[in-house]
Amino acid sequence: MAQKILLKNINIPGINTFEVYRQHGGYAAVEKALKTMSADDVVEEVKKSGLRGRGGAGFPTGMKWSFLAKPEGVPRYLVCNADESEPGTFKDRYLMTHTPHTLIEGMIVSSFALGANTSYIYVRGEMMPQIRILEKAIAEAKNAGFLGKNILGTGYDLEIYVQPGGGAYICGEETALLESLEGKRGNPRIKPPFPAIAGLYGCPTVVNNVESIAAVSWIVVNGGDEYAKIGIGRSTGTKLISASGNINKPGVYEIELGLSVEEFIYSDEYCGGIANGKRLKAVVAGGSSVPILPANLILKLANGQPRLMSYESLAEGGFATGTMLGSGGFIVMDEDACVVRNTWNFSRFYHHESCGQCSPCREGTGWMEKVLHRIEYGHGKMSDIDLLVDVSKKIEGNTICPLGDAAAWPVASAIRHFRDEFEWHVNNPKAAMDGNYGLANYADPIPVVEEAS
Amino acid sequence: MSEKVKVTIDNIEIEVDPGTTILNAARMIGGDVVPPAMCYYSKLKGSGGKCRTCLVKVSQGSAKDPRPMPKLVASCRTTVMDGMVVQNITSPEVVEARKGVVEFLLINHPLDCPVCDQAGECHLQDLSFEHGKDQSRYEFKRRTFEMVDIGDKIKLHMNRCILCYRCVFTADQITDNRVHGILGRGDASEIGTYISKAIDNDFSGNVIDVCPVGALTDKTFRFKNRVWFTKPVDAHRDCDKCCGKVTLWYKGEEVIRVTGRKDQYGEVDEFICNTCRFDKKKTSDWTIEGPTKVDRHSVISSNHYDEKELLPVIDRKIF
Repeated sequence: MAQKILLKNINIPGINTFEVYRQHGGYAAVEKALKTMSADDVVEEVKKSGLRGRGGAGFPTGMKWSFLAKPEGVPRYLVCNADESEPGTFKDRYLMTHTPHTLIEGMIVSSFALGANTSYIYVRGEMMPQIRILEKAIAEAKNAGFLGKNILGTGYDLEIYVQPGGGAYICGEETALLESLEGKRGNPRIKPPFPAIAGLYGCPTVVNNVESIAAVSWIVVNGGDEYAKIGIGRSTGTKLISASGNINKPGVYEIELGLSVEEFIYSDEYCGGIANGKRLKAVVAGGSSVPILPANLILKLANGQPRLMSYESLAEGGFATGTMLGSGGFIVMDEDACVVRNTWNFSRFYHHESCGQCSPCREGTGWMEKVLHRIEYGHGKMSDIDLLVDVSKKIEGNTICPLGDAAAWPVASAIRHFRDEFEWHVNNPKAAMDGNYGLANYADPIPVVEEAS
Repeated sequence: MSEKVKVTIDNIEIEVDPGTTILNAARMIGGDVVPPAMCYYSKLKGSGGKCRTCLVKVSQGSAKDPRPMPKLVASCRTTVMDGMVVQNITSPEVVEARKGVVEFLLINHPLDCPVCDQAGECHLQDLSFEHGKDQSRYEFKRRTFEMVDIGDKIKLHMNRCILCYRCVFTADQITDNRVHGILGRGDASEIGTYISKAIDNDFSGNVIDVCPVGALTDKTFRFKNRVWFTKPVDAHRDCDKCCGKVTLWYKGEEVIRVTGRKDQYGEVDEFICNTCRFDKKKTSDWTIEGPTKVDRHSVISSNHYDEKELLPVIDRKIF
C-alpha cells in the first residue's frame, strides 16, 4: 500500500468539518510553523522536499518561493490557483470538496512562509459548491483562531478570501488569473515582469496550485527530507491523478511518483484495467494539453524499459516518443475510441477557450478545429494532415502564454503517432462515419533499436 | 544607469540606453532590420506583444549570460541587454514564423481592400505584401460582424479588426473615460461598447488614427476618396484642447480629411482633438506649413512625384 499524504483521512466521516479534521492531527502544521519556525525555515523545508508545482509545469515550489521579491513596505500575496479547468483533471475539485481544511491549512503555512497577510483562493466559477465549502471552512478556521488577527497569539495576521472566477480556462494561467482577480479581463500578461516581482496589484505574488499548497502542511509537520524520500529522482512525493476514460475504476488516486504506468492502469488498487475487457489504445497522461501517446509508447519507453508515473519518465523521449505529467489528468482510451474525434474535441475546447489576445492562438486554434472537424466528418483531404502539422508548428512557441502550446501539442502528437488513422479517415469517409479504425498496430511492441557494434 | 548598452541586430551593432526595447533599438538603425509592428504603438503605454509580427530570435541573451532565448520573443516588449545578439531577417526561423503570423492575421480578414478606406495606408496591407505568402490555405467561412456606428463620426467595421488593442489603450490613456473594450473571447472577440453606446468625448477621433487597419474609419471621409488621390499638407492652428498640429488631406481645393501627423512607422506625433479633426475642414481655418513628406515608396506619393526623381522609363521592346 502506497503512502497517502493528501487523501490519508479522506474516508473519515466528517473530515470536511473543522472538529474532525483537528482531531485527526489537522492544523498541526500551523502550530508548528508559526510557533517554532521562521518563515525562511518553512521555505527551506519546502526546498528540501523537492516539491514540484502540481498545476502542470512542474516548477519546483521552493525555488518559486525563493524568487519572491521582498521590498520593504510593499504587501506580498499568495494566490491559490483553484481554477482547475483542464479537460481530464479534477483532482483539486475533489480535494476541495472532501478535505477543504487541508487546503486552508496549507494556505496559512504557505502565507506565513511568504510573509503574506492577505491570500486569495481563485476558484473556477463553475465550482459553486466548492466555493461554499471553502468559505465555510475559512469561517470555521477563523472561529478557532487559526485565521484573522494575531493567529494563535503569535502576532501573525492572515485573511484568506475566496474569489470565484468566471469559468474561463485561460484564467488558470497565472498572469491571466491575476488580471481576473484584479477585476479585469482575463488576458495573460506579457512576461517579464514575472508575478514574483510584480503580480497582483503590482506587488510580489506567488501563484500555486491547490495540490502544491495542500502538500506544504505535511512537509512542515514531517520535514522536507521525509517528503523527498517518497517518489523517484527529482519527482518527489505523491501526486493526485484524475483517472478517467475507458477504465474500470475512474476517480482520483493518490500515487507515489515512480509507480509504473502499467501498474497504474491495470492494478486493482488503481484504475483496475480497461473496462469491458477491451484493449488499451492510447493515453493522454497529463490533461488534455499534453501529447497523446499510443499504448506501446505509454507503457514502455522507446528503449523497452517500463515507463513510470514521474515528471522525468513520462517526458522521456521528448516530443518524439514522450509526453508530460502535466496536471495529472489521466485519460485512457480503449480500442473503440477514435483518436481523430478526440483530437477534434480537444481542439474545439482550445478554440473556445483561447482569449483572443495574440494572433497565432486566436486564429490558429479556430483553423485547426475547422480542419479537424472536416476530417472527422468525412470531408477531409490528404493535404489537411500536413496543414494541421504546419499550423500547429506556427502556433507553438509564438504565443504570449502556454495556451497556444497546449492547443498545438495534442494535434501535433496525434498526427505524429496516429497518422495512419487520420489517413484512413480521409480515404474512407463513409466507414469513418459509422465505425472506427480500431486498435490497429498501436499496441504492438516497439522494435528495439539495435546498438551499433 | 547612464551607461549605454551594446546590442547587435542582424550583424549591425548599436549602442542604446538601457531599458530600450529591441524594436526601438532596431528603429534607431532603421531600414530592413526593423521588425514590423501591428499592435505596438510607442505613444501608448502597455501596448504591444499581441500581434506577434515583431517576433525576433535572440541568439545571445547578453554578454554575461550568452545563452540564447528558448523561444522567439516579441521585440516590442523585450528590453535589450548588454551584448545581446538579435536576429531578425537573417534568421529563417523568424521569417517563417512571421509568415505564419501574417497568414493567421489574414484568415479572418475580409480582404476587401478595393472598398476599404484604409487601403493605401493600411499596415496590414504593407505587412502582407512584405512578409506574407501570396495565397492562403484557409478554406472556411470568415467570421463576420455587422458594421456599427460608434458615435456620429466613427464607423466600426469589426470584420477588418485584427484586435491589436491600440484603440482600447488610446481610450484609456488619451481620453478621460473608456466606453469601449474587447468583448467575447478567442476569434469571437470583438471591439464593442457592450450596450450600443456612442464614444463621445473630445479625443475619441484618435482611435481612427491608431487603428492599423480599416476597422475604425472616419465617417466624414468614408468613401469620399482613395488616399492616393489626395494630397497631404502639414498645417496647424491655435487650439485650446490640443497641439493643433495636423495633416490636411486635400482633394483639389477641398480639405476632405484631417488626421494627426504620422511618422514613418504610422504613429502620430501628437494626438489631436475632435474639433480639429472633424469640424475644421476649411483652408481658412489653418496655417499651412507645406507638403507632408511622404516616403517615395508609399502609394500616397504616387500622385505627386518629386520633380527631382525621374519617372521610370519603360522599355517598350520587351512587351
